[in-house]
Amino acid sequence: MTEQPIVLEAKGITKNFPGVLANDQVDFDLRKGEIHALLGENGAGKTTLMNILYGLYKPDSGEIKVNGQPVVIHSPKDSIEAGIGMVHQHFMLVPVFTVAENIMLGDETTRYGVLDQKAVVRRVKELSKQYSLEIDPNAIVGQLPVGVQQRVEIIKALYRNAQILILDEPTAVLTPQEADDLFVIMRELTRRGVSIIFITHKLKEVLAIADRITVMRAGRVVGTVDPKDTNEQKLAAMMVGREVILKVEKKPAQPGKQVLEVEGLSVHDWRGLETVRGVTFQVRAGEILGIAGVQGNGQTELVETLTGLRPSAGGKIRFSGQDMTGKSPRLLTETGMAHIPEDRQRHGLVLSYPVADNLVLNTYYKQPFGVRGIMQPAAIDANARKLIQDFDIRTPSPYVNVGKLSGGNQQKVIVARELSHEINLLIANQPTRGLDVGSIEYIHQEIVAMRDRGLGVLLVSAELDEIMALSDRIAVMYRGQIVVTVDANKVTREQLGLWMAGAHPEE
Amino acid sequence: MDWKRFSFITLVIVLLFTVVVLVGSAAQKPVVIIASMLATTLTVATPLTLGALSGIFCERSGVVNIGIEGMMLTAAFFGWLAAIYMNSIFGFSSMPSLIVGVLFAILSSVLMSLLHAVLSVTFKVDQIIGGTVINILAVGVTGFLNRQLFFEKGSVFGGNVPHAPGTLPIIHVPVQEGVEAICKLTGGTEGCQTLANAFGKVFDQQPITIAAILLVILSHFILFKTRWGLRTRAVGEHPRAADTLGINVQRMRYLNVLIGGVMAGLAGAYFTLESVPSFEPVMTNGRGFIALAAMIFGNWTPFGAWAASLVFGAAQALQINMQVFRDVIPAQWTILQNSYVVGLTPYILTMIILTGIIGKTIPPAADGQPYEK
Repeated sequence: MTEQPIVLEAKGITKNFPGVLANDQVDFDLRKGEIHALLGENGAGKTTLMNILYGLYKPDSGEIKVNGQPVVIHSPKDSIEAGIGMVHQHFMLVPVFTVAENIMLGDETTRYGVLDQKAVVRRVKELSKQYSLEIDPNAIVGQLPVGVQQRVEIIKALYRNAQILILDEPTAVLTPQEADDLFVIMRELTRRGVSIIFITHKLKEVLAIADRITVMRAGRVVGTVDPKDTNEQKLAAMMVGREVILKVEKKPAQPGKQVLEVEGLSVHDWRGLETVRGVTFQVRAGEILGIAGVQGNGQTELVETLTGLRPSAGGKIRFSGQDMTGKSPRLLTETGMAHIPEDRQRHGLVLSYPVADNLVLNTYYKQPFGVRGIMQPAAIDANARKLIQDFDIRTPSPYVNVGKLSGGNQQKVIVARELSHEINLLIANQPTRGLDVGSIEYIHQEIVAMRDRGLGVLLVSAELDEIMALSDRIAVMYRGQIVVTVDANKVTREQLGLWMAGAHPEE
Repeated sequence: MDWKRFSFITLVIVLLFTVVVLVGSAAQKPVVIIASMLATTLTVATPLTLGALSGIFCERSGVVNIGIEGMMLTAAFFGWLAAIYMNSIFGFSSMPSLIVGVLFAILSSVLMSLLHAVLSVTFKVDQIIGGTVINILAVGVTGFLNRQLFFEKGSVFGGNVPHAPGTLPIIHVPVQEGVEAICKLTGGTEGCQTLANAFGKVFDQQPITIAAILLVILSHFILFKTRWGLRTRAVGEHPRAADTLGINVQRMRYLNVLIGGVMAGLAGAYFTLESVPSFEPVMTNGRGFIALAAMIFGNWTPFGAWAASLVFGAAQALQINMQVFRDVIPAQWTILQNSYVVGLTPYILTMIILTGIIGKTIPPAADGQPYEK
């Protein structure tokens, strides 16, 4: 590729949040028509840098140039005017509006004070033809699949004549096939002269699509590399700052008897819609059953029902040989179920309680922590110190509020609590979401160790890599049903991706 | 509006009208009773319709407003006070006094809504608390000033409530003439003429009532056809999305709450300048809350809220007509002579509607949530 002119340049960007130096003298540039990946772990400062470029934050110091000209960006409006468009990780779309209404919002065309819907629809159709982005301008956004909503976001930026596109973790919500579609779109856009900043923490994707890769760690730029000269291992080391074991080492499973049997289970969500529809599966001791699926296909409700948090609408749950349908979380815990919840901050921890108290949330009422309704500080303290040591929880003291810890250490508190009593089944829902590579490595090893100790493990994850790496068997969930259950070593990534997108397994 | 709620509204209105026709048939012809019920329904629905519109503008932009009752009460008092000052102290005649009264009613309500906007948009106070503050403040301020100005010895009006400048005049809407013209063109049957006579006067109403109907149409247009409406709804559904597109969320919310204040002010003026020429403490009597029920049942749309207001209006019209027909109520209907029983109807309807058994409605997604950058 010939050297193209630089369209966007950020120099010496520094941004201080109370207590955190989110960006420290960051330099970054983008050439015309390239895909420049910005790689880094959560909290490395990628999103802060992009929010500065998009005018959502003001930098403490530093300079931004667009097409060689210095620009002052105080608000998204300035940034839009400079030709910068951003597709946020959480879409900035109004679900009840149509595609056309979402696209024109803030930049409306009117005739005699009345919104000119027709003109917008015409323009959207033009753009979708020009960039091969198929879209129905009159569809209600909330009813569209996530991949299509993302397309709306891209058109929204193009509608404002964006020549620089920032994509913030765009593949986090997509199926592998949708991600591939997105890559095709990204290539098409760059061919037409749009320049793209691609923010992600997924190593495979960066190597597949980027022209250049810049890695950030702890608010600083570690380096910029060419994808041809690097590999996953090297990139991971740059991100984390040390060598990381990406591959989970595990021996073949030695499954024993069934610990969890689910038969024809149906569950309604809060709106009364049937989100889990007649699901049947078993988990045996000493194996990991992975449930793959794009988020929002009923996994959340399924896990909530299995752990006693949500009533079932039909079907049976047998756990440890007893019928446990509709039993309370406490009874399930006492029978030996451990649960790593999806949202650790809301359902896993009491953020304003100290670490020590969070470590006894499931046992506080029993000896030795509670005696006749009175808490025993000495026993709780001893327990906390032991678990902090055993699970390597990095906290200044057992009495720091758990909300103050990093995501990885919060997750370790949950793991420590859940695994420290007598258990025979672990239900882990998105156990590594939002964690850094180092913590992911630790949690993965811990889950495999649990399996080898003879526990049944039910792993629910939207990360296909995680499912592939850990599971012995894989069940794919789509629209509330398990469409297929297969042996993990007899299936490919692509095949799983197709099933996750709703393809029917052919026997 | 979905069919479930539409048929509920139609059913209740038909039911209420039928009761009155049956009860009153000894004294009047059904056509006349229906026409008078219609006119009364339109009249008494006015503060509810305007109150609901006030709520719609606030909540569509994401600010819950349970202070409409208080804004209405404030407007009722200050509008009336201004009219009296104009009339008795400054010696203006009735009409200019009433017009100034209406303007002051709106102004006082807008000031109350400004207070609500400052509390809930700028200081991000819990919006239910903000609304409650306004409701309590309104009862206190109007009650206190009412006593101080009119009933304390040595006060401005020295214990004599002055003669009020009356109420706003009825505007003649030439519906009757129109119907008669059509009757002539189509042959002029006697039935047609009877209809024209009976229903021709239904729309002869006082100005605030007519304004309320026009404002329903105007509000619908603004909310769903204009740039302002699109941005207002966006701010109430997903403020961050609006913010990333360069829309000033705070400003949109402020202005919509103030528009809500204008509507509530007009609703307040209805009580003391259009309905009756006097003020009583706490005279809004929960109408601001029934307006909120109408807004919810109408799914935060102007026409839906208007239809719901008409149901409540019909319930109140029932009560009024029961007093008119008090002496001719047939023996088996004596329960309707008890004004307390009949007077409960609007409140019972409110409860039925808010249980959600007649179709659930969906508020704007960011309703009640302060926006943090």
